[in-house]
Amino acid sequence: MNESGVIILLASVIAGATPILLATLGETITEKAGLINLSLDGSILLSAMTAFVIAYSTDNILLGFVCASMVGALIAGIIAFFSVYLHQSQVAVGFVLTLMTRDLAYFIGSAYSRLQGPQVPPLALPFLQDIPFFGMIFFHHNLPVYFSLCMIFGIWWFIYRTPQGLRLRSVGENPRASFARGINPRKIQMFYAICGGLLVGLAGASFSLCIKPGWGQPQGAEGTGWIALALVIFGGWHPVKAAVGAYLFSFLQVMSIYFQGWIPSMPAQVFQVAPFPLMIFTLVLIYLVQKESVMKWAQDKPFVRSVLRALSGAAPSALGKSYRQD
Amino acid sequence: MMRNSKTSSGTVFPYVIDILVMLLVVFAFTTLVLFLVGAPPFAAYYHIFKGSLGSWVKFSHVIKAWIPLTLCSCGLLYTFRIGLWNIGVEGQVMMGAVLTTYVLRLGTQSSLPTGFLVMAFCAGIIGGGIWALMAGYLKTRGGVHEIFAGLGLNFVAQGIILWLIFGPWKRAGIASMSGTEVFPTQLWLPHIQTLRISPAGLCLALAAIVITALMLKYTRIGLFLKAIGNNQNAAYLFGVKPGRYMLLAMIFAGGFAGLAGSIQVSGVYHRLLPSISSNYGYLALLVVMLSNYNVWIAPAVAFFFACLNVGSIQLPMVLQLDSALSGVIQGILVLATLAVQGLRMIRKDAP
Repeated sequence: MNESGVIILLASVIAGATPILLATLGETITEKAGLINLSLDGSILLSAMTAFVIAYSTDNILLGFVCASMVGALIAGIIAFFSVYLHQSQVAVGFVLTLMTRDLAYFIGSAYSRLQGPQVPPLALPFLQDIPFFGMIFFHHNLPVYFSLCMIFGIWWFIYRTPQGLRLRSVGENPRASFARGINPRKIQMFYAICGGLLVGLAGASFSLCIKPGWGQPQGAEGTGWIALALVIFGGWHPVKAAVGAYLFSFLQVMSIYFQGWIPSMPAQVFQVAPFPLMIFTLVLIYLVQKESVMKWAQDKPFVRSVLRALSGAAPSALGKSYRQD
Repeated sequence: MMRNSKTSSGTVFPYVIDILVMLLVVFAFTTLVLFLVGAPPFAAYYHIFKGSLGSWVKFSHVIKAWIPLTLCSCGLLYTFRIGLWNIGVEGQVMMGAVLTTYVLRLGTQSSLPTGFLVMAFCAGIIGGGIWALMAGYLKTRGGVHEIFAGLGLNFVAQGIILWLIFGPWKRAGIASMSGTEVFPTQLWLPHIQTLRISPAGLCLALAAIVITALMLKYTRIGLFLKAIGNNQNAAYLFGVKPGRYMLLAMIFAGGFAGLAGSIQVSGVYHRLLPSISSNYGYLALLVVMLSNYNVWIAPAVAFFFACLNVGSIQLPMVLQLDSALSGVIQGILVLATLAVQGLRMIRKDAP
């Protein structure tokens, strides 16, 4: 493969990762606050549908993005409300919403399927696009791609370098202690669930308005939400590591188009399910890596140790537990 | 999960109010959604009703959907009791269907079709059981949460079915999404001509309900499942190995799901289809949640859900609406139930 081939490959990896990256980052924020938003798969579909329908009928792409993020925030808000105020299982509510929002998207969107709609126009950044090699890879995309790139570092900085981020993490680790320190865990959880939901909504919009323009049944975004949920674990609840996971996944997706060319007898549907065994395999790997015996074995192997350390990360201690205020 | 609040005769009234409020919310939301797409709501409700209970033929379709849904729900009761989220029922149904198809394909020339049918059903149970066991092992040994394990295996099962239909088992001539070659009629599950319901399938579903009820209530296994579900550490200290019982619960769930797959193949479609599981695996999770994990209520809920599913098939033809409406109603129903449960708990906590 020559240089231009590599550039095209990497550029399409960056562009293709946008929705899953946004969803992963959104879920990371939500889970850092101790809430699991399991509805990602359905949320992405419903917000993708919303974005397309709004953008199609008003001819305003920005409005499509805004409405999609509102939908994502609303769904996340429902889950947070059920957990924080009604003390219901987050997994149960999230799972019901996964199914319901997907069906809602298919039901409302069926009148708009297979229509030619608006798309986000490409926008090469001035000056930056002229940087040799990197300019072509990073700065020849559209606004959602740049936004997602900024969000990786924005979110990392927010979580680990600001007082608000510290409060967010403290609620995820120990809501009771945070409450004793004068933080209201309920408010924090509600707020960050909604913030994460906004990003998930944008992920959906970037599907139907950039990556896979249009709406249909199936849209092509099915299953992405689950991958994003797994990537949060893969990233050890760290936004930058999760982003690396999202790019790796996008890379494999792009490569699968090449693989498909090599084995033409395989039906395309088989390739579509390929990410899922990979997901299981990765999760097993992440678990094994963090086992004590493996850590002990790697003690005198500095390289292996640093790889293992990069792959391990603990979940927020209060993740998934409904907190009850005294 | 198993909070059963005591109901004395004096406190029934709030429950009635709760249920009424719940139904009102469901009704209001669904009507709103229908208005949103510009459809006449009452016509939609009418067609769902007419399409499910309007005639004996429609009713037989409802029963056909009820059988696998009930089987899956019965299986899920075991895993929910031990506190596992067996989201992989869908894949377990599919693998049951795959192994059933495998056995039935061997028996197309046979002079002993009944023997092959029985073997095919056993194979279905084994197929579902193995698939569930894989999710269970990933959970107990591999540290993968059962939601991810089950979900991933669902997609893998789907991939296997597609590969089989387009590859080794493709129809002579063209491979298509319409599935494999239809089996010869002697390998169909016997059914009543006029009603097109197979008594064997119905009996299996009813047997599943009774067996599950007895197992969960009167056996040691049922007791231990409950004990581990309530407090895993206490059960462990008592000498009950949680991992082993988790696998056992998964095998039960997978076995019932695989049986549902067998019935789908031999009794309903008479071939292997990409959509052989018809989403019943995911739906069964909602059924069990809505029935509050009660083995006697679950079949009734399954019947209602089957009515919604079958009735909504009419919608695209009559009103040009998508049949996904049934899923929306089912989802909002479960959501409203969870909300009411939450409100009830808050009410109880308040002085």
